[in-house]
Amino acid sequence: MRSFIAAIGVVLTAFAAQASTVTQGTLENGMDVVVIEDRRAPVVVHMVWYRVGAADEPALKSGIAHFLEHLMFKGTDDLAPGEFSAVVEANGGRDNAFTSWDYTGYFQRVASDRLGLMMQMEADRMTDLLLSEEEWRPERDVILNERGQVVESQPGRVFNEAMLAALYKAHPYGTPIIGWRHEMETLNGDDAKAFYRQHYAPNNAILVVAGDVDFAEAMELARTHYGPIPENPDVTTRARPMEPPHVAERRLTMKDARVGTPYVSRMYLAPTRHESEQAAALQMLAALLGGSATTSVLERKLNFEQGVALSAWANYSGMARDYGMFSLGIAPVEGVSLEDAEAALDAAIVEFVQEGVDPEQFDRVRRQIRASEIYALDNVQGRARQYGVGLSIGLAIEDIDGWIDALDAVTPEQVMEAANILLDRSSAVTGYLTQPDTEAVN
Amino acid sequence: MRLILAFLLLFATPLRAEIDITPVTSPGGLEAWLVEERSIPFVAIDLIFEGGATLDADESLGAVAFMTALLNEGAGALDAQGFAIRAEELAARISFDSGRDTVSVSVQFLTETAEETIALLNSALTQPRFDEDAVERVRAQLIASLRRDALDPNTIASRAFAEAAYPGHPYARPSEGTPESIAAITRDDLRSAHRAAIARDRVHIGVAGDIDAATLGPLLDALFEDVPENTATLPERASFAAESGVTQVPFDGPQSVIAFGHRGIPRDDPDFLTAFVVNEIVGGGRFGTRLMRELREKRGLTYGVGAFLASGLLGESYQGRLSASNADAAEVIALIRAEWEKLVAGGVTTDELNRIQTYLTGAYPLRFDGNGAIAGIMASMQFQGFGIDYVNIRNDKIEAVTLEEANEIARRLYRPDSLRFIIVGQPEGIN
Repeated sequence: MRSFIAAIGVVLTAFAAQASTVTQGTLENGMDVVVIEDRRAPVVVHMVWYRVGAADEPALKSGIAHFLEHLMFKGTDDLAPGEFSAVVEANGGRDNAFTSWDYTGYFQRVASDRLGLMMQMEADRMTDLLLSEEEWRPERDVILNERGQVVESQPGRVFNEAMLAALYKAHPYGTPIIGWRHEMETLNGDDAKAFYRQHYAPNNAILVVAGDVDFAEAMELARTHYGPIPENPDVTTRARPMEPPHVAERRLTMKDARVGTPYVSRMYLAPTRHESEQAAALQMLAALLGGSATTSVLERKLNFEQGVALSAWANYSGMARDYGMFSLGIAPVEGVSLEDAEAALDAAIVEFVQEGVDPEQFDRVRRQIRASEIYALDNVQGRARQYGVGLSIGLAIEDIDGWIDALDAVTPEQVMEAANILLDRSSAVTGYLTQPDTEAVN
Repeated sequence: MRLILAFLLLFATPLRAEIDITPVTSPGGLEAWLVEERSIPFVAIDLIFEGGATLDADESLGAVAFMTALLNEGAGALDAQGFAIRAEELAARISFDSGRDTVSVSVQFLTETAEETIALLNSALTQPRFDEDAVERVRAQLIASLRRDALDPNTIASRAFAEAAYPGHPYARPSEGTPESIAAITRDDLRSAHRAAIARDRVHIGVAGDIDAATLGPLLDALFEDVPENTATLPERASFAAESGVTQVPFDGPQSVIAFGHRGIPRDDPDFLTAFVVNEIVGGGRFGTRLMRELREKRGLTYGVGAFLASGLLGESYQGRLSASNADAAEVIALIRAEWEKLVAGGVTTDELNRIQTYLTGAYPLRFDGNGAIAGIMASMQFQGFGIDYVNIRNDKIEAVTLEEANEIARRLYRPDSLRFIIVGQPEGIN
């Protein structure tokens, strides 16, 4: 069985390398271009990413990056409010946008012969946005309703905000992307316009085109539509407040009557993907500890063997400019307190550090990673997004292309070294999310 | 920058969905739709078994969902750990899901591991173990999940709407059961549910990827070896019974979740597609619909509102959903009613119809987005009763819808006086 697996691994490696057709260029005004060719269907994904997000907001203006993202659909000197999306739809396409701490992105999926039109409109709103009070005022109510629906109506999301706010003492990753309600309520069109002027320009943008197009065609269209926009020398990258040394463990408890399943969550500050070797080891560690609902170390120990957990998880995310995060969690079975669940989780980590990596599990994880490279080729938009995020946070194409190889190169020894991060809680936050009355039960 | 606006106003000639579907009949008589795509070395297969939670006995609600959750928890010689390890060795991705009308299976596997993956999946379909420890572990997880649902305003609203819509019919019951019903389900109940829900003559099969018809046929026979014919009878059709009015379900949260609707249109109705087109203008889940314009863009009353034709195997309704501030609930309800009245009185405009036709026909090919998506669409189209040539004629049918037909269905489908609202929250100004 083992040799059979190894043989397939070789085939996979060769295939994925050959199927990858990602090319990078730059326009004279500084706009980066990435083209991912995939000719299976006559469709393209067109994305523009700005290297600016919620972590770049001025004081008292939390949520402005996301508010601006909404307002980008409100019209320019050439397009009436709502017309951008209407034209995309009239051309049989779909469009949307997203905001994170490090980036803001706009995208359309459309027939490949409409790529030039998408670029024309996206280029137009890069510098020519208009904002009347009639437009921004109801949209501010929309984002407040969005916060109500996707955060405040979900205790798990409110808890997550509280965890991040405790994890970051200084850095803006501790402020929610959508903003704090009391600051969102004061945002206005001038704030959005100021943020727009300071950050939206070709020299702060990345164009990603994926699908039925080749590099030369895409570059020519990009030169035509984005090329004429002048570089903006005033675009500044704000210096972000960085974290002081973390010397004290932080703990918090949130009680909410809407909590159906209490759980313990732990977040550790961790290296980012910029530290590629460490990041790869942490990713492998997360896969071993929590990558499967059945066979991962935490599920096996806490759910299958000890029966104290409904589920237990581990996750690493390093796709960020300044800080990565490793998280752990456990939702105990009925009758087990959160204190006991946390103790069991910590004991399982200590045991893992003592026992070391199970070589068979390590082989299976590596094999799945290789296969995931094949499966990922099926999802053009997912690939476009991966490159967009990577370049936005400052990685190079080679870092993104080399990630699977970096994972492949990780040794069990490196995983165990990475696991030490989990034994030091001085850079960690531990939170309990629970019902108001569970205390009495405990 | 000046744009040439005239260019923007040119409507697109719709792309044809360049999807070449091969009907495959296996040597053993199973039928599947295959889309061959050889450029990436993996295959996606989707199975949809008709029946789902409607096959639950009244005294064991949630048995089909519980059974489905156990299909990857041990089969044949493998216990739960063994089954998962085997799937990992194969780097195969296997998932099982259940709903009101269906049990569905999705699998993706590398071309080289086809036979091994199919053998593993066959054991899950024919020899699930329902080991005592697995049953108890999953039972605890399901009960925890149901307790979360009981505190989730969206789930509360959906259940309340179903109860009002289909009293006495299986459609009124919670597909996942209740904490009490799940607690009482025995291994025998699980075996019965398995026998009822997994049947070779109730399955629809969609396949896409690196495989040809000649190879697929025998593979399907291997997948369905020892899967029996059906023995369970599907329930009678459900008729929509909710009356107009407003039902409040008190819930302590910052917003009200509002579910609304009335009777719908069966999916085999000759005017179903016309109704679909009209709904896309009024409430389809995207920007630019009438409801989004009135509630979100003009007034900022909600983050999103959508309406949909909830046409199931056994019955149909027309429903919408949104969340809004408690303070705005009354205004939202009045606006929705007004939109319904406006539509019945004035219909849609030629411009709206043209725009939606261009959008729908142009966007159709975007759905066929990779092997995984295509396999799912192939299975789903068969489940919904479409013919194999539908992908090629669907856009013509959309384009053929006239303003008269659209407005006739608008008058027939939309019933402002029948609208039933379920409000979960602390709405203000509602009597």
